[in-house]
Amino acid sequence: MIRLDNVTKSYPNTPKPALASVDVEVDKGEFVFLVGSSGSGKSTFLRLLLKEESPTSGSVHVAGKDLARLSHWKVPALRRTIGCVFQDFRLLPNKSVFGNVAFALEVIGKHRQQIAKVVPEVLDLVGLEGKADRRPDELSGGEQQRVAIARAFVNKPMILIADEPTGNLDPTTSVGIMKLLDRINRTGTTVVMATHDAAIVDSMRRRVVELDAGKVVRDQARGVYGYSK
Amino acid sequence: MRAQFVLSEILTGLRRNLTMTVAVIVTVAISLALAGSGLLLRKQVNLMKGYWYDRVEVSIFLAEDVTEAQRDSIQDDLQALPEVERVEYESKADAFIRFKEQFKDSPQLVENASEDALPESFRVKLEDPEKFDVVASAFAERAGVETVLNQRELLEKFFKVLNGLQLGTLIAAGLQLLAAAFLISNTIRVAAFSRRRETGIMRLVGASNLYIQLPFLLEGAFAGLIGVTLAVSLLAGFKVFLIDKLLRTSITATAFIGWDAVWAVVPVLLLLGVGLSAVASFVTLRKYLRV
Repeated sequence: MIRLDNVTKSYPNTPKPALASVDVEVDKGEFVFLVGSSGSGKSTFLRLLLKEESPTSGSVHVAGKDLARLSHWKVPALRRTIGCVFQDFRLLPNKSVFGNVAFALEVIGKHRQQIAKVVPEVLDLVGLEGKADRRPDELSGGEQQRVAIARAFVNKPMILIADEPTGNLDPTTSVGIMKLLDRINRTGTTVVMATHDAAIVDSMRRRVVELDAGKVVRDQARGVYGYSK
Repeated sequence: MRAQFVLSEILTGLRRNLTMTVAVIVTVAISLALAGSGLLLRKQVNLMKGYWYDRVEVSIFLAEDVTEAQRDSIQDDLQALPEVERVEYESKADAFIRFKEQFKDSPQLVENASEDALPESFRVKLEDPEKFDVVASAFAERAGVETVLNQRELLEKFFKVLNGLQLGTLIAAGLQLLAAAFLISNTIRVAAFSRRRETGIMRLVGASNLYIQLPFLLEGAFAGLIGVTLAVSLLAGFKVFLIDKLLRTSITATAFIGWDAVWAVVPVLLLLGVGLSAVASFVTLRKYLRV
């Protein structure tokens, strides 16, 4: 589903590469934690998958496509197969919960009847039934993240990318979010989650890929967060 | 539906950026009105050329001491020239009548003039006004001829002034259009910045480039379109108040452009206005809304 072959990514004006000769393969339906300190290359890793960045060398394959060969105008189609969740939720404050989730379908040209059918289903799935008309600022952090997950998942993506999804949430709420991501994973969706949260990684016992200064220093099935910290 | 979604995005976008939108509309309107005036001025000049060149004559003024024989032979030779369509003789008395008619508003000038002060002349209408040189070279040095005057030359000086005016208008319009393009580009940049949250999400969920950029493009084009409408109204205003009400009633010596000329300019302005805003938006978007 995801394959990085000998990927190096250097940014201009920085001597050390953000990623150095990274080889990672993620199968369909896997759940992978991407761990490492700030600046270890986690965000660059995720940005490469979305083709927001292109590698300096090496190749990135996502959903069977070589991203280097993917032409500019096909990038949106790639992103439709990938859902994204972030630490800061990235909701539209002037739209309701329903509106925020529907927005993701509107802008890829889905019909209104279909939106009206699919959005309530996914809101039920993430546990937000009855809150469709609320505004994001009327919701708790955990609920806002659920809206974001609903938006990422509403288009039934093959891959869900989560960049520190629990970074702004308290431990109890985080557990709820992780249960939700686990449920989504069980539907067959590949999940790649970058995180700092050792407790979550340790409790989930899923595959862990640890990055340090742009290198993969550990790739462990059913791993824990790490030894330090 | 998509169309409805896009339309509502345009309207919210324009409202959010109201002051900038107004600035764009006004700049586009003024620049296009100037461009339109320049084009109409050219049509007017062409019209006047056609009107007056048909009527211009070559005047051959005779010397004070011209003899009867000289005069008759000049007239005969003129009539013999194939380039000459018609020759009319104007005596001193005729010239004085014409002079009095021309300057009837300045009685002092007329009082101080006398029949004798005015020269007698031949008024020559040429088949082809361009053939002036033939007449001039044949008669300028001839005994009994004082000067050969081409009215067309006088007109040409006048038209040169009008052409300069037209060029000035078009240059000013061009500069204004440039300013309008920069203003549109800036407006789009501000709009893109204020909507970076939405566009960021659109990019993430895989909205196509066109879909993300279209509202901005249409916003630019829409503002341009309102600008064009205003510019056309301004031109129609010129036509009604300046040309029809003022000039046409006070100057009868020429034809004036009609509505057909004004309508002919409209598509040009439309293309210029909408095209300009679309291009300015497009270039800006490529820079600030990259996928």
